[in-house]
Order: sequence, then structure tokens, then C-alpha cells
Amino acid sequence: MSEFKRISADGEVTISQPTLNGMVTIRADLTDEKTVTAIEQITGMALPSQRKITGDLIRGLAWMSPDELMVFCDDPETMTTQLNSALSGAFLVADVSHARAVFLLQGDGTREVLAKGAPVDLSPEAFTLGDFRRTRMGQVAVAFCMTSQSPDSFGLICFSSVQEFMFEWLVTACKKGSLPAYL
Amino acid sequence: MLFLTCPNCGVAAEETEFHGGGEAHIKRFSDGSDDKQFTGYLFDKKNPRGVLFERWRHVYGCGQWFHAARCSATLEIFGTYSAQSIEPPEAIIKAVRKKRPDWKAKS
Ligand SMILES: [Zn+2]
Repeated sequence: MSEFKRISADGEVTISQPTLNGMVTIRADLTDEKTVTAIEQITGMALPSQRKITGDLIRGLAWMSPDELMVFCDDPETMTTQLNSALSGAFLVADVSHARAVFLLQGDGTREVLAKGAPVDLSPEAFTLGDFRRTRMGQVAVAFCMTSQSPDSFGLICFSSVQEFMFEWLVTACKKGSLPAYL
Repeated sequence: MLFLTCPNCGVAAEETEFHGGGEAHIKRFSDGSDDKQFTGYLFDKKNPRGVLFERWRHVYGCGQWFHAARCSATLEIFGTYSAQSIEPPEAIIKAVRKKRPDWKAKS
């Protein structure tokens, strides 16, 4: 993953948007052992616990709700086909790569940039590595996670219909000298 | 500002992450009901001053529905519980009684 649709490196943190990001949504009974085993085998990742992510937004498995997961991968078409043939009973697997946009935020001020728009405790004690949180950024539905520490790096997803707005919003929120240095 | 805990994903967040869904535990009248029953289902809500039970949805979070018991006068939250409940569970009633000893559930 080296291609970027856009990058902003002028602010307190660097914001980039990968050109292609495979995303597959799974809705299934996550208490069913057979279902979980199949998902873990095909994605090659361990089932994340509540509000956690295994991996990151390039290659990862995120907990979305008690019956929903999101797979981040290189090849969403193959992933969808494999999951569809492996799962049984009542379930849904859908390639949502074109319906979502991914942003990568890097820099130690990222907590403060996100805290400007989300009603979430982003202090280092409350939000840590591997945490995955669905919430809002301003008035836009998003989910973000922390993927590495010092320098901090976060990933954020939103609906692709609001990606231009989201990018502008993030660029404005991380303008030089605009972080309160509180967190 | 209300501070709710979603029982589906465990997040404790302020009300802008949620959306209210009106009175909980009401019986739905549709096919086969008469006009009076249907009108009652649509419009006749208890709207009490004090303890009330509501439906809420975690719209900006896990997307799931749940129930909350709160006080309409003080905005105090007594507790939240599963949307798959026909009536408030024992633990919620207990939590309400602890703060409002005189409260009586009216049917
Ligand atoms: Zn929730």
C-alpha cells in the first residue's frame, strides 16, 4: 500500500488517504464457534473483542457491533467469495470498499485532532493501542482506531460520500498552532 | 446533557451519539385492531413527570437499539437494558426504587 489519493503534510499531523482500500462487511452470529473459526481462517486474523481491532485499516479485522465485523484487506473480491462459501445459516457478507473511505493520521497530535470533533475520551489512559471506536466526527459518522504509538498513528473510516468533507475537516483541525496540547 | 451507557457495545457516551426512540414497552396495534386501539398506540403516551422508560438507538456507534430508565424531571439515568425486554428487568426496578422509594409502576 503505497499509492495515496491525497496527502496533507502541512499541519500538526500528516493525513493521507490510500487510493485503494479493500473493505468487506460481515454480519453473522459471532457467538457461533463454527462461524468464528471460518472467519479467522479466511481472514488470517483473530476475532477482535468488543470495540477492538486486530491489525489496522490496511489489513485488519474490526469489531463493529455484537453481530458485525469489518475486514480490511488487499483483495476484497476474493475475500467476499471465500467468506460467502465458508459461512452458513443466516449471515451477510458484502464488499463495501467503494462505500467507505480510509484516512491515516500520523503524528503525536492526532489525539487532539480527533478530540476536536468526537465525544470520546482520547486521553492516553482511556484510548489505547488496538481500541476501535465508532462515533461521530463533527456531524459525520466515523470509526477510528489507534494502530501505533510514539509517534502516534490512527486510522479513520467514514462513508465515501462524505470523504471530501472529512478530509477538509481533518486538514482544518490539524492546522499548525491549533492544538491545545491538553491531552 | 444525558450520559448513556449502551448495553450492546459497552460505550458510555453523551446523548449526541444516540437518538431517542420514544416510550418503551408499548404494545403495537396494527392489523386487526380497531381505530381506537391504533390511535392509542400512536398517540396516547404516558409522558410521566418522573420515572420513565424509553427506547434509544446508538446511531453513531454500534447502531443497535436498547432501553433506558430515566427521570424526566432531573434527567438522571437509572440504568440501560436490552431492547429485547417486554418489561423493565428486576435490576432496573431495584435501581429506580433505590433513588425513588415512592415510585409505583402504573399500568
Ligand atoms: Zn452501542
